[in-house]
Amino acid sequence: MAGALVAPLLLFLAVNFLLPIALMLFRSVDDPDVRAIMPQTTAALAMWDGRDLPPATVATLMIGELDAARGGADLSRAANRLNYDINGFRSLLLKTARNLPAPGDGDALQALVAVDPRWGQTKTWAAIKRAAGPLTGFFLLGALDLKQSASGDIQSVGAERAIFVKVLGRTLWIGFWVTVLCLALGYPVAYLLATASSRIANLLMILVLLPFWTSLLVRTTAWVVLLQKDGPVNGLLHGIGLIDEPLRLIFNRVGVYVAITHVLLPFMILPLYSVMKGIGPTTMRAAVSLGAHPFLAFARVYLPQTVPGITAGTLLVFISALGYYVTPALIGGADDQMLSTFIAFYTNETTNWGMAGALGGILLVITALLYAVYGRLAGRAGPGWA
Amino acid sequence: MDGWTSAARGEVAWRQVFRFYCGLVFVFLVLPIAVIVPLSFNAGSFLTFPMPGLSLRWYEDFFTSPKWLAAVYNSFGIGAATTVLATTLGTTAAIGLMRLKPRARSVLGAVILAPLIVPVVITGVGVYFLYAPLRLTNNYIGLVLAHTVLAIPFVVLTVSASLHNVDGSLLRAAASLGASPVVAFRRVMLPMILPGVVSGAVFAFATSFDEIVMGLFLAGPTQRTLPIQMFNGVREEISPTITAAATLLVLLSIALLVTIEMLRRRSERFSAKARPS
Repeated sequence: MAGALVAPLLLFLAVNFLLPIALMLFRSVDDPDVRAIMPQTTAALAMWDGRDLPPATVATLMIGELDAARGGADLSRAANRLNYDINGFRSLLLKTARNLPAPGDGDALQALVAVDPRWGQTKTWAAIKRAAGPLTGFFLLGALDLKQSASGDIQSVGAERAIFVKVLGRTLWIGFWVTVLCLALGYPVAYLLATASSRIANLLMILVLLPFWTSLLVRTTAWVVLLQKDGPVNGLLHGIGLIDEPLRLIFNRVGVYVAITHVLLPFMILPLYSVMKGIGPTTMRAAVSLGAHPFLAFARVYLPQTVPGITAGTLLVFISALGYYVTPALIGGADDQMLSTFIAFYTNETTNWGMAGALGGILLVITALLYAVYGRLAGRAGPGWA
Repeated sequence: MDGWTSAARGEVAWRQVFRFYCGLVFVFLVLPIAVIVPLSFNAGSFLTFPMPGLSLRWYEDFFTSPKWLAAVYNSFGIGAATTVLATTLGTTAAIGLMRLKPRARSVLGAVILAPLIVPVVITGVGVYFLYAPLRLTNNYIGLVLAHTVLAIPFVVLTVSASLHNVDGSLLRAAASLGASPVVAFRRVMLPMILPGVVSGAVFAFATSFDEIVMGLFLAGPTQRTLPIQMFNGVREEISPTITAAATLLVLLSIALLVTIEMLRRRSERFSAKARPS
């Protein structure tokens, strides 16, 4: 009976939530496109050690298979996949398929080099070997700015193509500062709410809950308006004589910190408040009456009791901040985009779904690890909802 | 004596600094709303203060623009469908969960709450990969299904909380008096958990109404919701019509917040009455 009541929801989530995530993770290791048009070439390249150019027999196989695939959509897909690895490979493959040397006309490899000299470079063939599939580490390695060379060792993709480690670092860095800001702004407010008389606390709570309930897009739009060059914030600072020239507050990191902190601040205040509400005023009073300075009493008696709230709030804010997409997209500049922006970019703009899957997988693993920490710590503090 | 008064004076000064600091944080919290609402009544076309005069021209613009009106219909339609689906699935599941053994309950509970924790961009990409070959992108059904995934945790949480307050002996009493399980549910349990169910429904609606990331992945030009329309507006060029849209959304948020608060008080009174201690 109980199982039958839960089953429809579980089935719904299995199809519309778990399956999509599994699909995304599978995309990050799935590599069928090149194999689809040249199964024999890729099989032969698997035997190649990657040091010198592959033997002419491989070139003969590829010419035959490219001939069979000419003009089809599969060829275009394979060309796109190779282009993810080496810029310009798409046009190289399509051009070669259009100008295939006649079979059995001397050395097939030399004939290919005559079509385009890039066929005379080992890195061209190494890219095909990397794309041999059916499963690949190419996207996951790529998400960490790494690649596998033709001889099998793992190396850096080179400074000009390395971006993702930087983006990942930036994502964690923004998350860290947003968390610090939320704690610095939220802790005193939660304390005020927990210690004020209930009439005042209820009124002030509305000021926390109203933005919490307001649409994310409304708040982001409002910050765009507030922070623009001739917007109210610059106007106010100019009016009271603090600045002469308008400050640049938007399309940079300042705007991103301000807007994300604003959105996540209630997530810090609410758990802190609920923990502080459970702490009686008596322990602090006792410490003070025993001669402790109020600051000392706060630091040694009150603060330790609020640690569960601090842990819950900081992890909640940090985990949420890591996944931010819309706010940096609207308020940040090109150097403030976080991991999610790139996931969306590879899904919608370039349809490099393997890369989107790999970056999504990394974000998912980080989130899951942090949530496990959260569960461990929160579980120690008290039973959860279930 | 002197030392004591200076310490007391120091404490008063600190208290004032503390209150001033908290005041600034509250200003920070309400500043966006406090600025965007008056700007929507601006007679001029620049989003700056001081305003040259008051007018309703941006509201007129909003309510006569086919794009914004289509977004309003889409948001309410998708929100309503999501609310029905999420509330039905979530309420049934919450009742079932309550009767499971604690171990099964905590495992299934974790699965049901997961959409709340997994970054929406990840769920969005996965759903896009699944729906694209099924032609569920650029499609209302796809958006409703995706929004329902995100809304379900809120329904299960609020209904579970209200079930927690239900006195099991009332159900047993109904059964012993001959009520079938269906009748006992409808006549005894449902009235008791109704505030929780309605709160869950309001949360589900608010989730769908505010959702943007799934929308950016799945919606085509005909499915644009209010948040998507605002996103595009901010991206291209902010026109003051956006401030009118934002103000209307703030009003809606206040209405939802008040509804939730009233329901919470009602259910608190109810459980206090149901279980005199």
